[in-house]
Parts: sequence; C-alpha cells; structure tokens
Amino acid sequence: MTLWIAVVGASLVVWALKSAGYVVPQRFVESAVMSRVAAVVTVALLASLVVSQTIQTESGVGIDARLPALGVATVLLYYRAPFLVVLVAAGCVAAGLRFFGILA
Amino acid sequence: MSTVLTSENPKLTSRLLAKEFDAAHLRAARSQGIQVGLAVSLYGISFGALAVALGFSVPQTAVLSLFMFSGASQFAFIGIIASGGVAAAGAAIASAGLLGVRNGLYALRMSSLVGSGLWKRMAAAQLTIDESTAVAIAQTDARAARHGFWTTGLVIYVGWNLATLVGALAGNAIGDVRAWGLDAVAAAAFLALLWPRLSAREPVAVACVAAVVTMLLIPIVPAGIPVLVVAVVSIGVAIYRHRVAPHAPHRTEGA
Repeated sequence: MTLWIAVVGASLVVWALKSAGYVVPQRFVESAVMSRVAAVVTVALLASLVVSQTIQTESGVGIDARLPALGVATVLLYYRAPFLVVLVAAGCVAAGLRFFGILA
Repeated sequence: MSTVLTSENPKLTSRLLAKEFDAAHLRAARSQGIQVGLAVSLYGISFGALAVALGFSVPQTAVLSLFMFSGASQFAFIGIIASGGVAAAGAAIASAGLLGVRNGLYALRMSSLVGSGLWKRMAAAQLTIDESTAVAIAQTDARAARHGFWTTGLVIYVGWNLATLVGALAGNAIGDVRAWGLDAVAAAAFLALLWPRLSAREPVAVACVAAVVTMLLIPIVPAGIPVLVVAVVSIGVAIYRHRVAPHAPHRTEGA
C-alpha cells in the first residue's frame, strides 16, 4: 500500500511540473538562470544515478559485474549504438560474467 | 502548367508553391516524430521488465508509465526504491521531481505552440518530454513544430505504454534481477540518458563532480540520499555558473 502511495505521489509531482509550465505566465519563470539550473541538475542527477546504480551494494560500495557492463555500454554509446542495443549488451555482459562465475 | 501560371498569375503560383513547401515541412515533421517516437518507445520494454523485476507490480509499473510518463524520472524512481526500499520513498519522489523540472521549462516553450482549450492543453502537458520538445524546436515554422510536437508525443505515449506492459509481463517471468544482468541495465539506462547531454565542457565537468561526490557519499549515508545531496549542490553550482559565465550554451533537447 505504501509503495502505491509513493508511485501515485511521484507521478503527481512529475505531472504537476509539466502542467505548471502551461499555467504559469511565461515571463515569471522563463529565465536564463532557471534553464541553467534545469540543465545542470539533470546532468548531475543522471551522473549520480549512473554511479549509485553501478557500485552501490547492500553493505556499501563494491565492484561486481555491473562495472564491466557499464564499460561496454560506454563504448557502444561512443560509437552511437541505439539505446536498446546498449541496454541489451550491458545486461548480457553482466549476466554472462555471473553465469560463468567470473564476477559476482 | 506552372509556366502558364507564372506568366499569367505570378501571385497564385507563389501561393501554390508555398503550399507545397508547407506540406513538405509538415510531412517531414511528422515522419521525424514517428521515427523518434518508435525508437524511444522500444526503450519502454526495459523499463517495464526492470520495474517488475525490482519488485513493482504490473499495475504499479503501468501507472508510472501512464501518469509519470518521463523516462529519466521513472528510472530514477524505481532505482532508488529498489536500493533503499519504501524508506527511501521520499528521496525517490524528490529525485523523480527534480528530473521532471526540465519538463516544466519545456512546457513554457511549448505553451504558445499547442493552442488553446483546457483538454488540449492538459493533453499537451502530459506529452511534454525531451523528445516531443526536441522535434518541435527542430522545425523551421510554427505549424511544422506543432505537428512535430503532437506526432512525437502521441507516438511515444502509446508506444511507451504498450512497451512497458510487454516488458512488465516479461519481467514477471524473470525472477532474479541479477542473474539476468538487469541491475547493470539500470546503470546503462542512466548513462544512455546522460550521454547526449555531455555536449560541452560544463556538463562533462558537472557529471564528473557529481559522480565523485556520489561515490564518497554512498558508504556514509542511506540509499537515495547521495542523489539528493548532488541535486541540491548542483542547483548552487548552476546559479554560481550563471553569474560567472551567463552565456555558456545549454541544450534543451536530448534523449
């Protein structure tokens, strides 16, 4: 039940932010500093999420099959591979390393 | 025929040519929207599979795609809940919201474009995401921009939700997240969302600092908190950078 509240709450927040842009008079909000904040916060949050999803373990920080998988994803992104290819490749690398017992 | 028209009524010819030109622009905007939309929609499969594998029910996963409808926010939300449990719900909601701030800014830009009418504007609000905005602002005239926005938004809305459902149902059969490498897929998903934004020195520097700060914070604070600290610090950094280098280019489009 609590998870449902979080799901609905987060959906409402994201929806409200989109709607606000259509309701608020443009001159009040559209400023160079606001678009700078949005751009920087987006990049910072995504970078932070990449790191926490890669090295965070239940006991803190650790290196496992996710790190080489992310390395492969980086190479594929550099060569402009489609998103889905990048994700499938990352999953296959991690799954493969674990299947053969090379990394946890 | 056109030579006759040219000699007899040059005004009419130019009007006909302009019309054809317009139609070509609209077609281009629509086909661009469909292409971008289909490519991005497929990505919904990974969201659906991941959410269910991380412990969300199929209805909860579907609700996230139907109502939140913003890839980065959705992935952040399920990722943080998965690592911190329901205790991290506050951090998960805040992160999803912070990643959704840019949609509000896109909405300001799209506001004059989508036209009037409450229902139309509410629908437009839901469809205001990276891709629909990017296709709209890539067009050269307002009508093509409007077509591009609606086409992209609608194709992605339908496609993303269908793909989420397919992924969620497949995810039900998966069971162990780690055996299938789905935890690595989550990390790669964030990297794929970040990648197109690393187009200048400032975003690259911001990303590096955010990565290091996160690494240092993870062992000492609860799950979900490092991301929030990074968000708060980055707001300060953005305001500071705006003062010292106000004209640095920033991108509004991306994946």
